[in-house]
Amino acid sequence: MSKEQKKNLKEENSERREILKALATIPVLGLFFVNLWEKYRRDAIKKSNILKDLVAEKKVPNVIKNISNNRHLNIGIIGYGGRGGHLVRGAGFATKGWIDYATKAQNKNKLHKALATFMSQEDLNCSLVGACDLFDVNLELALDASENETRPGGKPKNIAKKYKDYRDLLADDEIDAVIVATPDHWHSKIVIDAARAGKHVYCEKGLTRTFDEAIDVYDAVKKTGITFQLGHQNRQVEANEQARQIIEQGLLGPVNLVELTTNRNSSWGAWVWNIHEKANEKTIDWEMFQKPAPNKIPFGEEALKRFFRWRCWYDYGTGLSGDLLSHDFDTINQIMNLGIPKYASSTGGIYFYKDGRDVPDVWNATFEYPDKDLTLLYSATLSSNSPRGNRIMGHDATMMMGGQSGGGSIHGFIVTADNESTKYRNRIEDGIINTKYPMYSYSPGSKQIDGVTSATSQYFASKGLLYTYRDGKRVDPTHLHIKDWLDSIRSGGTPRCNIEVALHEAVACHMATESYLQGRRIEWDPINRKLI
Amino acid sequence: MSENTPKITSQFLSNSQLYGIIALRVLIGWHLLYEGVSKILNPYWSSAAFLLDSKWIFSGVAKSIASNPGLLTFVDYLNIYGLTAIGFSLILGLFSRLSSLFGAILILTYYLFAPPFIGLEYSRPAEGSYIIINKNLIEACALFVLYHFPTGHIVGLDKFFINKIPFLGMRF
Repeated sequence: MSKEQKKNLKEENSERREILKALATIPVLGLFFVNLWEKYRRDAIKKSNILKDLVAEKKVPNVIKNISNNRHLNIGIIGYGGRGGHLVRGAGFATKGWIDYATKAQNKNKLHKALATFMSQEDLNCSLVGACDLFDVNLELALDASENETRPGGKPKNIAKKYKDYRDLLADDEIDAVIVATPDHWHSKIVIDAARAGKHVYCEKGLTRTFDEAIDVYDAVKKTGITFQLGHQNRQVEANEQARQIIEQGLLGPVNLVELTTNRNSSWGAWVWNIHEKANEKTIDWEMFQKPAPNKIPFGEEALKRFFRWRCWYDYGTGLSGDLLSHDFDTINQIMNLGIPKYASSTGGIYFYKDGRDVPDVWNATFEYPDKDLTLLYSATLSSNSPRGNRIMGHDATMMMGGQSGGGSIHGFIVTADNESTKYRNRIEDGIINTKYPMYSYSPGSKQIDGVTSATSQYFASKGLLYTYRDGKRVDPTHLHIKDWLDSIRSGGTPRCNIEVALHEAVACHMATESYLQGRRIEWDPINRKLI
Repeated sequence: MSENTPKITSQFLSNSQLYGIIALRVLIGWHLLYEGVSKILNPYWSSAAFLLDSKWIFSGVAKSIASNPGLLTFVDYLNIYGLTAIGFSLILGLFSRLSSLFGAILILTYYLFAPPFIGLEYSRPAEGSYIIINKNLIEACALFVLYHFPTGHIVGLDKFFINKIPFLGMRF
């Protein structure tokens, strides 16, 4: 080898070495992606399990996993209004109009997650085969939802038949279960008839319009043994389960006062809803609507108001009591297992919405639990948005949920130590606990800002009624609540808001309503199941 | 050694000093790459929670970003793809001087939006114990060091660009 050749070889080697050096870190990227893939795969498995197993966080699971595939269920909807539409979406059926609306909203604002949340719902293996509504437009919408192919699980197996009379729907042997989302004055009659017809029932809250009806519904459900779920989707909210565990652990110390509040300040929030342009004597069966109401009026402008704004009159519902207190009562009952109070008293008045309604727009109720050394306060106004949240006040610490709390999220809660706490005294003195700041903060989904904008949506979101989180993924608790009910039907299990806790809610709310109407304190007689 | 190689390699640093710096570059690159990629893989990630929890002098800016959906989306993209690109760049040693500088600025921003100063309380606990100095500040400082001690032209793809883009010539 000549000198020249040697030199060339040396240079070649040197160059090759330099190129190899330049590329030396590329294998690091390979290693990175191998590990990334492994982690991604594991996370995906974890997420898919948790999405299916909706009760993963519960201590005692009462729903068997993945049983949706076992048996196809045919469901009917009685009352396809705003809430009925939401419940049916929770079961996996949305109208084309809603899909269009949600698609447009998402295209406009990627933070609007309604469509994505709906489409990522689990397919609950059911069909909407029957729909009943007294307003023709709603009935058509229900039919539209039942046949829409844009849904989790794709093309529906069956489509809905229309019924003008709910009794004909109940007579259909193909129907396994019904969702009842009519105004409250129809609940007891329909639920009892459905139970007797052997249909499982999901009934929207408040359970009934009157106390006696609540007892009748309870007895009918117990006697027939149907699977009954009351529509308190808060039972599926992760934050409530977390709160329950904290209180069970005694972290708040003795709790003697609980304060629940409602603050709304819009006409929508005060149930002054739009009267549909197509609503008239021909499209609405007014006589059927007012059949169970104590006071009847002829069809006309006033009747139309009452049809769409029925929450404003005691003839059809119980106002703040059944519509909003019921949510907060059931939530606190879920967290603290309070049951029915011994005494209830309430006062209030129609101070802002002097629009002909007879239910109060400012209303305060007090419930006494002498055996639990506890007073439960409920305070509501429909003319101020100042958020007060719900507070569970213990000797050692206070838990705040919604309202001013939230710990960075709209549906979390915070626990703050009391500066006169006995339990935490040493830690407060040592500076380990600062009573100015929460010692525990739970803020699910705090990484997410969503497109919830309207005041009323914010109200429900702050109470965790619009969204909950499973493994950081947003899920509609209404969907989880419907799933809980359908899974319980299949497994013979007990849904989370079963008839026992439904009765607690109903009796407590009716005690407060009766106190307002009668102007005196109401006592619960648990032996004779009477209000005295 | 070619005559284009910056002085740093042969004149100032021993081999172990040099490979120590390269290791630092690759390790930080790995960290930032995963920070970016994990956010790409999580469609629900948003900087909103971090911004809303911001304290100190930039908290006003942070909150106004979080409350403006358009701006928030932009900031989210900036974070997600910025971190990913810087991560790639540091590992591969490609434009690594530029990315060291951007990385230092980006991470210094995280520090300034939520510094662990005495008296500033955050709703979410830190993953370690910090007073004034935290890992963000240290990582930002390390990136600043990497900016001044470039190595992409020795072990890295910058070698192929060294004569083509003046800024990447990295002469001291």
